[in-house]
Amino acid sequence: MQNVLQTSMAWRYFKQKVFFSIVTLSAMLIAFALGGLIFYIVLHGISAISWDFLTLPPTDSMTKGGIMPAILGTLYLTIGAIAVALPLGVVSAVYLAEYAKQGKFVRLIRIGINCLAGVPSVVFGLFGLGFFVLFLQFGSCILSGALTLAVLILPTIIGASEEALKSVPQTFREASLALGVSKWQTIYKIVMPSALPGILTGSILGIGRAAGETAPIMFTAAAFFTAKLPGSVFDEVMALPYHIYVLATAGTHIEETRSIQYGTVLVLVGLVLGIDLIAIVIRSYMRKKKRW
Amino acid sequence: MKGNSIIELKNVNFYYGESRALTDITMDFEKNRITALIGPSGCGKSTLLRVLNRMNDLIDGTRVEGEIIFEGVNVYSPDVDPVDVRRKIGMVFQKPNPFPKSIFNNVTYAPRLAGMMKRSDLEFLVEESLKQAALWDEVKDILDKSAMTLSGGQQQRLCIARALAMKPDVILMDEPTSALDPISTAKIEELMDELRKSYTIIIVTHNMQQAARVSSQTGFFYLGKLIEYDSTEKIFTIPDVKQTEDYITGRFG
Repeated sequence: MQNVLQTSMAWRYFKQKVFFSIVTLSAMLIAFALGGLIFYIVLHGISAISWDFLTLPPTDSMTKGGIMPAILGTLYLTIGAIAVALPLGVVSAVYLAEYAKQGKFVRLIRIGINCLAGVPSVVFGLFGLGFFVLFLQFGSCILSGALTLAVLILPTIIGASEEALKSVPQTFREASLALGVSKWQTIYKIVMPSALPGILTGSILGIGRAAGETAPIMFTAAAFFTAKLPGSVFDEVMALPYHIYVLATAGTHIEETRSIQYGTVLVLVGLVLGIDLIAIVIRSYMRKKKRW
Repeated sequence: MKGNSIIELKNVNFYYGESRALTDITMDFEKNRITALIGPSGCGKSTLLRVLNRMNDLIDGTRVEGEIIFEGVNVYSPDVDPVDVRRKIGMVFQKPNPFPKSIFNNVTYAPRLAGMMKRSDLEFLVEESLKQAALWDEVKDILDKSAMTLSGGQQQRLCIARALAMKPDVILMDEPTSALDPISTAKIEELMDELRKSYTIIIVTHNMQQAARVSSQTGFFYLGKLIEYDSTEKIFTIPDVKQTEDYITGRFG
């Protein structure tokens, strides 16, 4: 009897070990993939990075010089997209989570949002071209690009914001309403502040996506080359993802500009991480303040 | 006795969708007394409490029939704003639920939104409310600290102070001590006896001894019906209905 128990224990122990190994390995694989990616980009791109690279426009048919207009363009487009999508997304999420009576209509809206999230980004690009650039006659410019990107990231922001609003304990709402505070004031004063960290998470994801997409801005905002910095939202800009795409595929000096390409990629990754970092710092600061 | 009632219920039915949670409730709540509502889980006593301050409005698909007259006005008549009702009828919940704000801001949250702005008024109100809730001495030096740092019993008294700050006439308490230890419970019960002098209190409780200790009137609910409603002394000594006796002596529920 004892023997039987011992063997089964050894077998159980063995199974446990195998299982844990698989789990650990999977986690390590992901970390390794991310680490490898960043390592590879830094390895190839760091040599291109210099003060001039970051502050000068490209020269000599984009084979030399810097990428400053593209950095600035991506910054403008991303900030513009967030500035439009965040308020709109949060307000929509408030409607869906707090006001809308759950029924067919709301289900339809939700299906719509989910579909929107699954649409390929090039479709957004074509939509932007058709609607903002041509129909509204904004032309190819920062405004069109930012609005197209805003539509692209809207589902992400709505989804994350709705989840954040729903995760606010119902007891907070009840406590506030029971004091004779109106529903709107309750949402504004109690629910929104508590949901803000989660809403910020949504915007972080949105920022990453807006900054990195090529297809939506290709037809709506991005210039192949312009040394001139934009003077208004109706000007075309260069943008990092499109610049990379151009250098890596469309130029005649693809091989010679490899290091510039990697450098640009490094800057793009750095930029996205930088913006994310700001949001993460704000979020953790808020979480510390609003713990329940 | 009739002339002294503050809330009168007349033939009140309440539905969650199709299912009826309260059946034909007619009862009066007397001013400046503590009324206890007892009964097994799911008997409708908490539902009744939430009907009184229209908290059930928040749940989709609920419906109220009958009249609930509070200070001469039917709280469910179309021209009554539930926000006004809730300012007059405060509520304390089962689990302490302070806001993730400072102690000071917990108390001043609702009065500020109702239009009280002057700092000196607010400071006076905080001291007054916390004193009424028997919490002032414990927190007067830490008013800026988060309410989340308080113990459960202190949090519950803060919630009472928060309700008192709106100067309600009635305070509804939904099992206010069921999440608290015996010492905190005793403090809240003492507090209720003190508050009774200026407020009307309606308390839902699962604790028979608590009902017997604090209340002067007790209503026994079963399956959405008010089975018996009388003075607490009578309910706990010689109830008229067999069901009440069975419940109180612990034979069911």
